Amino acid sequence: MTVTWLRWAWRQLTSMRVALMLLLLLAVAAVPGSFFPQRAQDPVRVARYLEENPRFGPILDGLGLFSVYSSPWFMAVYTLLFVSLIGCIIPRLRVHWRALRSDPPRVPRTLARFDVRDEFSTAAPPDEVYAALLRRLRGSYRARLTPEGITAERGYLRETGNLVFHVALIGVLLSFGYGQLATYRGQAIVVEGESFANSVVDYDSFEAGRLVDQATLEPFTFRLDDLTTRFSVTGRPEYFGAGVTVNRPGVEQYGYVIEPNEPLDALGTRVYLSGNGYAPRVEVRDGAGNLAFAGAVPFLPQDGVYTSTGVIKVPDVEGQDQLGFSGQLLPTAFDDGTVVRSVHPAATDPLLVLRVWRGDLGLDDGVPQNVYQLDTSGLTQVTAGDGEPLLVVLTPGDTVELPDGLGSITFVDLPSFAALDLRHDPSLGWLLGTAVAAMLGVMGSLFIPRRRLWVRCTERNGVTVVSAAALARGEDAGLTADLESVLKVVKEVA
Amino acid sequence: MRDLSQLSLLVVYAAMACYAIALVAFAVDLSSLRAHRDSEGRVIKRRALVAVGAGGVVDASEAGADTAARDDVVGSEVRRRAAGIGMSTTWLGVAFHGIGVVTRGVAAGHVPWSNMYEFSLTSTFVAVALYLWLARNRDLKYLGAFVAGPVLLLLGVAVSVLYVEAEGLQPILDNYWLYLHVSVAIVATAVLTLAAVLAMLQLAKDFSGDSRWSPILSGLPDVDALERLSYRFTAVGFVLWTFTLVAGAIWAEHAWGRAWGWDAKEVWTFVIWVIYAAYLHARATRGWDGRRAAYLVLAGFSAIMANYFVVNFLLSTKHGYAF
Repeated sequence: MTVTWLRWAWRQLTSMRVALMLLLLLAVAAVPGSFFPQRAQDPVRVARYLEENPRFGPILDGLGLFSVYSSPWFMAVYTLLFVSLIGCIIPRLRVHWRALRSDPPRVPRTLARFDVRDEFSTAAPPDEVYAALLRRLRGSYRARLTPEGITAERGYLRETGNLVFHVALIGVLLSFGYGQLATYRGQAIVVEGESFANSVVDYDSFEAGRLVDQATLEPFTFRLDDLTTRFSVTGRPEYFGAGVTVNRPGVEQYGYVIEPNEPLDALGTRVYLSGNGYAPRVEVRDGAGNLAFAGAVPFLPQDGVYTSTGVIKVPDVEGQDQLGFSGQLLPTAFDDGTVVRSVHPAATDPLLVLRVWRGDLGLDDGVPQNVYQLDTSGLTQVTAGDGEPLLVVLTPGDTVELPDGLGSITFVDLPSFAALDLRHDPSLGWLLGTAVAAMLGVMGSLFIPRRRLWVRCTERNGVTVVSAAALARGEDAGLTADLESVLKVVKEVA
Repeated sequence: MRDLSQLSLLVVYAAMACYAIALVAFAVDLSSLRAHRDSEGRVIKRRALVAVGAGGVVDASEAGADTAARDDVVGSEVRRRAAGIGMSTTWLGVAFHGIGVVTRGVAAGHVPWSNMYEFSLTSTFVAVALYLWLARNRDLKYLGAFVAGPVLLLLGVAVSVLYVEAEGLQPILDNYWLYLHVSVAIVATAVLTLAAVLAMLQLAKDFSGDSRWSPILSGLPDVDALERLSYRFTAVGFVLWTFTLVAGAIWAEHAWGRAWGWDAKEVWTFVIWVIYAAYLHARATRGWDGRRAAYLVLAGFSAIMANYFVVNFLLSTKHGYAF
């Protein structure tokens, strides 16, 4: 009973009709992932969506609409599809293997029932006709002379291509799966003059598949020597390039320029230039005049003219409140009378505009903090004499004294930073190979004609009557022309 | 350079004018506006005329049928003349269109398919050129109106909504994959558009049957022939689309650091691919006749349009610089 039922289910699953349904289901199931933000790609937008839709957000989340491509229902569809695919092609592999080694089918009794056929008579004797045809067919058809006439077949590659395509698709899926397990990737922001070493601690964010040994990442380091940007007069980006010096064990150090579309490849780990911006170098002294902070702080660009926002945290002060700064960097500041704003992404006239906070930065309680945000719960904003919030405005080289003996801040200079994506994915070669195989396979399965051709000669009153027919599998516009071109050699003999 | 891009726009308008004329001419061809009259000058009901036509070979010995048949020949001459005008204005249009594409490319200093305006301009050019090329040695005049119409519509959207000034390339686009990935996507889009037009005609012909619309569609090949032609276009389009997808993944790996990331454009490209894959399976499935397969061709084409307009305008995508 169960066996019957299982067999029935298996037959259904491997039927073309169900495969078709699953394909359509897969298409439909993939769509919501383009309308809802996806956790794997953009967790920030998902969080914002949930915040803005407190009522429906969690319901959608429960349905897996923010992680469609790893949701149970999406996986169910493609798993069933691939099971169906495997169930479909295994018997076909067997059949095709046998067909490849067996002779073409015997000549049908009547050739008159085929749509594409021809009949003519010639003075040449049958064996001469057969010999001429076999010569003609050699190379393009697998032909055999039988007592009933010539039987010939071509286009085995059509089915081969079809099978290659389907097997390659399984390969693509497996490559993806392997990639998920064996890939590590992360982001790092590196300021000009600073270095990056490929170990987990140097990444700003890092994630890795289960097969990755995080203790022994590919051992290389590089220093960002310079970051070059070029913009048109209107501010349209024209060029980005990050010049780096790479150090690898056993290789002399070498220079490379990472550009868009030109990642650095170091021991299979690729380093992509995904963004850039400015990191104002500042020095902060506390009330006692001690250097409390010195360094370049990346400010993240928010728009096309690189209006950048960032924060500076100064926890290491003695005998006074900790200091925090939050504000904007304007690469080309322009005062239009009411507001100061950036008008061009190049740093031709940079201006650093900061608000000042004092109190407890909250760094000591062990909870990890976003380096681009101030936790203002333990802070109070420093005000100017008139009670308004204090605004510190600096151009490079400027130093501003803070009120209440809090110290001073100096805008030293303005290096650039490179936002880099790093990725090590050993599955890429497999992915490329299987994808190319699938592409070649599908071309073969759609464009290589599969044809059968039969010729029979009968002698009547000393004349040879040649009857021939051709049959194609599926669509084949060139069938008639092919038959005629084959028969031409005999007609010429006549 | 600015002058050149103005010139480009101007010739595109000229091309649109040509296509508009061609559209009217092809429509006249399809509708056979001229009334058919019998020997006494009475208008012959269209259905009767079609019945004669549908009878296949007209027996010349029957007097009445003879008149009708001769009249039909005269009628078809008018029709063919209109279709001829349609073909020649389409040729003129494609010449202007080609100049428009080339001058735009020269003005921008790169291949003319780096934003939605340029993509629309070039893919419509490819669609028309493909149509004319295929029409060299077979009679595809019946398709003319259905090529000129959508092309005119798309060009209208391109010049009025999508137009942007010719500019240099963004650094991320400045790569040889722009030549391969996007150009093949353009050809694929053009081919699949023609496949969808054929599928639509196939359905129209299929559903019209004996209704009053059938005379208009009488100039078309039969349903099976339309279906076969639509299939051949779709098969070629599917392979080109597969290439677009794979090439896109390779480029994405170079440019964005991952081959596949379920970006909205990637999702829809995948959806389109799956729909056409389903179509190819449907044709091999028992119980799925040509009509249902044609629905899938139209579904695939709708997805292509969604991938172009909905994704670029409404969804967040890394392909956003496309307009």
